Amino acid sequence: MQNFIEALTNSTMYCSSSFIRGDEGSRNQSRFSGLGELEQSTGFHHEDAVNLSPGSFFGLKSNSVSVVTNLQFGGLNTSVSSSDITSATGVDTGQYSFQKETMPVAASFGNVHFENWGDSGMVDNSQQADTSTDVDIDDKNQFQGVQSGALISVDSADRSKAKTGDQKTLRRLAQNREAARKSRLRKKVYVQKLENSRLKLIQLEQELQRARQQGIFIANGYSGDQSHSVIGNGPLAFDMEYAWWLDEHQRHINDLRVAVNSHVGDNELCLLVDNVMSHYDEIFRLKSIGAKSDVFHMLSGTWKTPAERCFMWLGGFRSSELLKILGNHLEPLTDQQLMGICNLQHSSQQAEDALFQGMEALQQSLADTLSSGALGPSGSGNVADYMGQMALAMGKLGTLENFLHQADLLRQQTLQQMHRILTTHQAARALLVISDYLSRLRALSSLWLARPRD
Amino acid sequence: MHYQTESWGSYMPTRSVGDPLERVERLASENAVVIFSISTCCMCHAIKRLFCGMGVNPTVYELDEDPRGKEMEKALMRLLGSSSAVPVVFIGGKLVGAMDRVMASHINGTLVPLLKEAGALWL
Repeated sequence: MQNFIEALTNSTMYCSSSFIRGDEGSRNQSRFSGLGELEQSTGFHHEDAVNLSPGSFFGLKSNSVSVVTNLQFGGLNTSVSSSDITSATGVDTGQYSFQKETMPVAASFGNVHFENWGDSGMVDNSQQADTSTDVDIDDKNQFQGVQSGALISVDSADRSKAKTGDQKTLRRLAQNREAARKSRLRKKVYVQKLENSRLKLIQLEQELQRARQQGIFIANGYSGDQSHSVIGNGPLAFDMEYAWWLDEHQRHINDLRVAVNSHVGDNELCLLVDNVMSHYDEIFRLKSIGAKSDVFHMLSGTWKTPAERCFMWLGGFRSSELLKILGNHLEPLTDQQLMGICNLQHSSQQAEDALFQGMEALQQSLADTLSSGALGPSGSGNVADYMGQMALAMGKLGTLENFLHQADLLRQQTLQQMHRILTTHQAARALLVISDYLSRLRALSSLWLARPRD
Repeated sequence: MHYQTESWGSYMPTRSVGDPLERVERLASENAVVIFSISTCCMCHAIKRLFCGMGVNPTVYELDEDPRGKEMEKALMRLLGSSSAVPVVFIGGKLVGAMDRVMASHINGTLVPLLKEAGALWL
């Protein structure tokens, strides 16, 4: 048992030296010099101490405390161990080191004066005033118990040990109390710091979440292993899905580019073109799911880069624009093809205009609904009217999803019609042109965001 | 675009309530392009603008302004199999569909020939 205690003492010293900030003045110095002597004098089984599990440690702790009891200090037994255990249970990490800290040093401090102990005892009591009351009461009890001397209740079984030097023992025990008290204080401070940093971490996470929702584009960070699984619902899920989709899209496009440049056969090219087309279908499907959960998020385009967002039309690219961009890149076209493309451009333009006018009507209608009835100073008025107004407005807002849906359908159908009109080779080139244009737009966004500001 | 309200008039047959679907089909065959709409519906507004933009003169029936509009709306819902009855377009008496079908047919180039065939559009 004695060896064990010494071993624990040595490991305690290891922890203590890293922890003590030297803010407790000269008292520690004297104590440490005592420990230093101890280290030299005893053999050191550091591994023994380290391999202890916290569970068994409790048991061991109470054992060692009872050894202290054997040295004639009855009051110390249950109270110290219980307070140490209760104060230790809250700490999850670093628990082990704390246990070691609070381990009372059961060795002798030959060179520590009695007055020093008494002095530090008093000061510590006042320091402990704001900490747990049971510790205070413990200390006071112990202090008083030691001072009076006569009030010490000694275990009947330990009477034989009581014969060893009373004063030395008492001093030693007092030093133990000091160390324990100081350790508990330090632990409390550390735990407080941990709590603070935990709170800060939570705050930072919340800020990050908020920033994401306000539209900082998440670039490819989430693609990878769980790409296909929709992570819950809502705007963030769509953003992640979109990032993944974009990655896949780039891969398809690269394959297509390689194929076009290496002049592969039509069959293979057709397959690659179909891949890209069905991948486009995928994004439209994702968008409709996203619109069902949060139509405003889709319309706001925060999942796109800033430049893309600026030129966005009703939740996505503008089909007629895209066809204009394609314009000269599709040469040579047969007359029939040329007419087909012209018609396509014309009809997509008309459909876009119609949808746009529908949206304007919606906005006007919403404004009318919200501004009907009493506004301004006489505004509060009839609750029933207000509720009726809101219900009506809610209904109108509901049609937004339909508009977004129609706009996406328009985009999808334009792409498909284009695919139908063109030959495989032309379609491949067209898809490359479209993709490159959008990539450049995205790159422009990045450059713009990274530009040096004065 | 001209708005049509059915004139009950004197030639009304003895049966007071006709089958709404029958009525819909009858109205649809009376003109080249017939749109059933609701005056407050914005998608209906969009579809009307689409046809006007193409130079077509569709006949529009506002179901909320028709005394038997509710029944016709229900009949259209059953016909289309969707929760929203309007807007719905008939060309040459034949059902084309709601906004998505109309737009799809316009994009793939089948709408204009259909209109020409029905006599709603001249080159």
